[in-house]
Amino acid sequence: MVLLTLLAAVTIGIIRIRNLFGVVVLGGIYSFLMASVMIVLDAVDVAMTEASVGAGISMVLMLGTLYLTKTEETVPAHTPLLPLFVAVATGAALVFGTFALPPFGVADTPMNLHVAPYYLGNSIQDTLVPNVVTSVLSSYRGFDTLGETAVIFTAGIAVMLLLKGKRDVKPGPKRRSVRR
Amino acid sequence: MKFDVIFRVAAKILIPYMLVFALYVQFHGDFGPGGGFQAGVIAAAMVIFYAIIFGLKAAQKIFPPRIIELMVPSGVGIFAGAGVLSLLLGENYLNYSPFAQDPAHGQEYGIILIEIGVLVTVSGTMVAIFYSFIGRGR
Repeated sequence: MVLLTLLAAVTIGIIRIRNLFGVVVLGGIYSFLMASVMIVLDAVDVAMTEASVGAGISMVLMLGTLYLTKTEETVPAHTPLLPLFVAVATGAALVFGTFALPPFGVADTPMNLHVAPYYLGNSIQDTLVPNVVTSVLSSYRGFDTLGETAVIFTAGIAVMLLLKGKRDVKPGPKRRSVRR
Repeated sequence: MKFDVIFRVAAKILIPYMLVFALYVQFHGDFGPGGGFQAGVIAAAMVIFYAIIFGLKAAQKIFPPRIIELMVPSGVGIFAGAGVLSLLLGENYLNYSPFAQDPAHGQEYGIILIEIGVLVTVSGTMVAIFYSFIGRGR
């Protein structure tokens, strides 16, 4: 509850602040709080990923972007009514969706009765790996992880295509180029 | 930050431990939380940390962009290649059972192999994105 209150406070801070540097720092704080929430929910792997990717790498990349652009957010030119409506509608739909979910931590839900008991019972015999998260991700569900890796690969290639290579300061003779 | 003594000394102390921690997360992922993705991000964070403290050129001397860019597709190649290898050994795609004498050990080796693939792709991608952001100049 304390964590969620802090999350809400940080979110309001992100909305209110116009200085983008502050927004990036608050985003890092948000990620760390989210990682703490994941630890409370016993999802240590997710917490680790959130702390390192959300708070670490993406913050550095955001700061790198700020170095390339301005650090003050411009005042929006249009009214915030339409975005507000979209956000409220999406949020309401998501909250409505949670009503159909089973209560948190109940054992006899479909997701805990379908394949999970098999994984929990046979992971060590099948793969000799005591950490079921690893054996599910890499062995039982290897296809999904392959797709995930391919997504990261694609994202990296896309960013490199967009940002890498020569950047002409003005048309005509190239004055400076990014070294390979 | 290149001339700040405190940062430089702290970085020199911390960076080896970051690398060891990345490898620990990688190879201890079978027993505790972690795995290729987290280890890759930690290793990339080490490179980024080094680049922030000592400058981009020094980092690119140790981790050349060419090698980093090669890492991005080769990790996916290792992962998909493990699948092809299991096809060639007469099993389903990405079923690592024939990698060793008995199926369980084969699964274990297969998991280690593909986790290395994930590590290579993730760390390569993160560092490559960082390089292309920072190397762009104003």
